[in-house]
Amino acid sequence: MTELLRKTAAELGELIAGREVSAAEVAQAHLDRIAEVEPKVNAFLHVNAETVLAQARAVDERIARGERLGPLAGVPVAHKDVFTTKDMPTTAGSKILEGWIPPYDATVTSRLREAGLVILGKTNLDEFAMGSSTENSAYGPTHNPWDLSRIPGGSSGGASAAVAAYEAPLSTGTDTGGSIRQPAAVTGIVGMKPTYGGSSRYGVIAFASSLDTPGPFARNVLDAALLHEAFSGHDVMDSTSIHAEVPAVVEAARQADIAGLRVGVVKEFGGEGYQPGVLARFREAVDLLESLGAKVVEVSCPSFAYALPAYYLIAPSECSSNLARFDAMRYGLRVGDDGTRSAEEVMALTRAAGFGPEVKRRIMLGTYALSSGYYDAYYGQAQKVRTLISRDFDAAFHQVDVLVSPTTPTTAFPIGERADDPMAMYLADLCTIPTNLAGNAAISVPCGLADEDGLPVGLQIMAPVLGDDRCYRVGAAVERALEDRWGGPLLAKAPAL
Amino acid sequence: MPYDEALERFDPVLGLETHVELGTASKMFCGCPTEFGAAPNTQVCPVCLALPGSLPVANAEAIESTIRIGLALNCSIAEWCRFARKNYFYPDMPKNYQISQYDEPLCTDGYLDVVVDGRTVRIEIERVHLEEDTGKSTHVGGATGRIHGADYSIVDYNRAGIPLVEIVTKPIAGTDAMAPEVARAYATELREVMRSLGVSDVRMEEGSMRCDVNVSLMPRGSAEWGTRTETKNVNSLRSVERAVRGEIERQAAILADGGRIIQETRHFHEDTGRTTSGRSKEEAQDYRYFPEPDLLPIAPDRDWVASLKAALPELPSVRRARLKQEWGVSDLDMEAMHNADAIDLVEATVAAGAPAADARKWWMGELARRANEAGTALAELPITPGDVARVTELVASGALNDKLARQVLEGVLAGEGTPDDVVEKRGLQIVNDEGELSAIIDKVLADNSDAADKVRSGKVAAVGALVGGVMKASRGKADAARARELILEKLGVS
Ligand SMILES: [Zn+2]
Repeated sequence: MTELLRKTAAELGELIAGREVSAAEVAQAHLDRIAEVEPKVNAFLHVNAETVLAQARAVDERIARGERLGPLAGVPVAHKDVFTTKDMPTTAGSKILEGWIPPYDATVTSRLREAGLVILGKTNLDEFAMGSSTENSAYGPTHNPWDLSRIPGGSSGGASAAVAAYEAPLSTGTDTGGSIRQPAAVTGIVGMKPTYGGSSRYGVIAFASSLDTPGPFARNVLDAALLHEAFSGHDVMDSTSIHAEVPAVVEAARQADIAGLRVGVVKEFGGEGYQPGVLARFREAVDLLESLGAKVVEVSCPSFAYALPAYYLIAPSECSSNLARFDAMRYGLRVGDDGTRSAEEVMALTRAAGFGPEVKRRIMLGTYALSSGYYDAYYGQAQKVRTLISRDFDAAFHQVDVLVSPTTPTTAFPIGERADDPMAMYLADLCTIPTNLAGNAAISVPCGLADEDGLPVGLQIMAPVLGDDRCYRVGAAVERALEDRWGGPLLAKAPAL
Repeated sequence: MPYDEALERFDPVLGLETHVELGTASKMFCGCPTEFGAAPNTQVCPVCLALPGSLPVANAEAIESTIRIGLALNCSIAEWCRFARKNYFYPDMPKNYQISQYDEPLCTDGYLDVVVDGRTVRIEIERVHLEEDTGKSTHVGGATGRIHGADYSIVDYNRAGIPLVEIVTKPIAGTDAMAPEVARAYATELREVMRSLGVSDVRMEEGSMRCDVNVSLMPRGSAEWGTRTETKNVNSLRSVERAVRGEIERQAAILADGGRIIQETRHFHEDTGRTTSGRSKEEAQDYRYFPEPDLLPIAPDRDWVASLKAALPELPSVRRARLKQEWGVSDLDMEAMHNADAIDLVEATVAAGAPAADARKWWMGELARRANEAGTALAELPITPGDVARVTELVASGALNDKLARQVLEGVLAGEGTPDDVVEKRGLQIVNDEGELSAIIDKVLADNSDAADKVRSGKVAAVGALVGGVMKASRGKADAARARELILEKLGVS
């Protein structure tokens, strides 16, 4: 593996800006790596080397002309295949959109381009971002670079695997119930879910509108902050986007100072269903925070117990409506249109053939939950739980500056293990879902390997709405201290591919 | 069943749901233009085509227009409300849900007064809410032009996402035989309110105003409401009236035979004035409404709403009351002018200097007759209020009498130019030359010595025949009043 691949995104940006290496060389190195490991990892759904090199050369030309670009100009990024891209197919991991090339770029896509990032390709995901393992992709599962027989997390599993396998220094994801933090945790990298509305959803193929949040993946906290800053901020095309400055995340990641910080440990996370190795690494991380000068207290958030059921009513309800547009009329797959069938029949046949089982399960769940006569008991009740969870967070953030928990109850599980047990699969998001329901910010940073299986464990750091900078400050402090202890990044311990 | 018999046995209850397309420059949730008549699918974008990933952004002008409509209809304006998704699959609806409002409409509990046969009827408004229009399907092949039996369908999404305001009345009971006229008067009045607000061009024939008419019957003396039907495809004010009448007759016939009314959507047919069965609503569709998560709630600032209310234009009914007062006319005269769409014309004629009585007389008399003959609306006649004002001025000055004035109007309508041009070209001038008039009178007296003798002997009433003779001899150009004076003078009876 060439040294370029091991560089951080920040370092690559500096080297390219200083013309010590060209963006084209960096892109080529990553394309070579992709060619080498993709047969094992399957992180990407689409890579077009020519498009990649053309983007890289354009950045090199702009730099040669003396243009001042952002700190990530020329740095490659792997883009989750749920963001629209007008020069690449966008499938959301579904057969129903196979071959569709959008006529427009998502806001995140355009901002990546404006910042001079080089989009390497589109990464694999659970179909329509529904899942925690990437096994629900219509294009085959992605494999965890730590152990190819295991899942890389999901739904942004292609994004986490690409970064963990050194196929890209950065990647984008979306987090609806944990779809950035959980894959980051199980692949030993950094993943951030910004405050809801802090990053634009325009051009993100919707799963659950009130929860979906684009965010960054990287191999270290500073790189994640740089990418976060590059694509976040207010967007007039997204009505739910927040009118506020992006929190000073890069500065926070550089400061990494947590002396006097108040840290709350969520009492409700832990105990049964949690892997001992995960809990052990988590407790060590809490001790570490204390040793770095933080004040640690235990905090109770009783409503978090209802987060999972509330989530599995709200997210499917919204998705049942969001996915109604896939009807074979204007784009995507069309099945059974032989001149004898009605539009309704073609719609039904197309949806039956185009959606996978998990997507169908959630559409049916949501359709049921919104039905007249059931709405109050299901969707209405879930919205009340959502309010209670927000109140728990508000109360907690009166006492402490950040909350911490394990990111996931277990390390990466074997591919196929939970495929036939949706409930077991849903438990993977137990610790991440409350943050989605309340709309606040949270990050996952590596905190070691579980003793039982030698697989990565993630520490989740949760901050209030628009407190994204706190996630980076605490995350960077933990990262610095642990890397001192380990003598380098956790990922260096991963087996060679 | 004949209408009168139906009304003897049953009491009709009405409900009207009116959709008005707002005349905003751009669509409800995207920046696409809204002009009518563009080539199909040229006014579309990722948002109104519901491409994956696209998101709606609410049009502030449409929200403002809806609030102004609500205020004009005496509604309460919500302090906080939301859009909701109405979920159902239909090929002309790109998202397969419509962004609408459900249990939190922008405006509620208002009313609109209408006048029918001199009686004021208060129509209670249940709600006014904002939503988006669907695309427009055209069903090709088959006999009916409807989706069933068509060979294929094509969809134009230019209309998809145009802001649409829905105005729903509460049930309207107690209008008896007037029900059809009340429905029409309501639609007419609503259209005028929209026009006065300048929020829509309200053209029923282009579909920018669409009325769905709900009708049910209850047997006289019963307190229980009947099953209602909803009639769509009602594309003119006249059709609103006909649809109500037709549906009353149809339902009465079924009920009188001991039949049962099916709750359904019916389609109105312009040619026959009848309705035919559409989609049955017996199995009520479940729209699975829920608050639209892609949009923020609307919380109209109270001061802003107050300023919108203060800035409302004079509403049609208020204006009519004012004009009635100013013009000194009766309720029935005013209603007649309203029904003839003559109020604007009369007002403009008065503004051009004509006395109100004269302006009304010409527009509602001679000109209404001409419009009727030509089968056209009064406003479409090729004559301006300024022309009519000039004619009244010429009559008042004595230059024309009514008979000549009618000929002048005829000339203007025939495209012969202004009233003055017509007077000039046709030589339509009252004879004011005393010498000429005197000569004509002398000839008439000589030719009608019997009548002249009667007048001399004191039967002054006989002078009418002599004046008539003078008018005939002058081919209408003589000033009749002056002629009468001169005749009496010459006969020594003055
Ligand atoms: Zn549009």
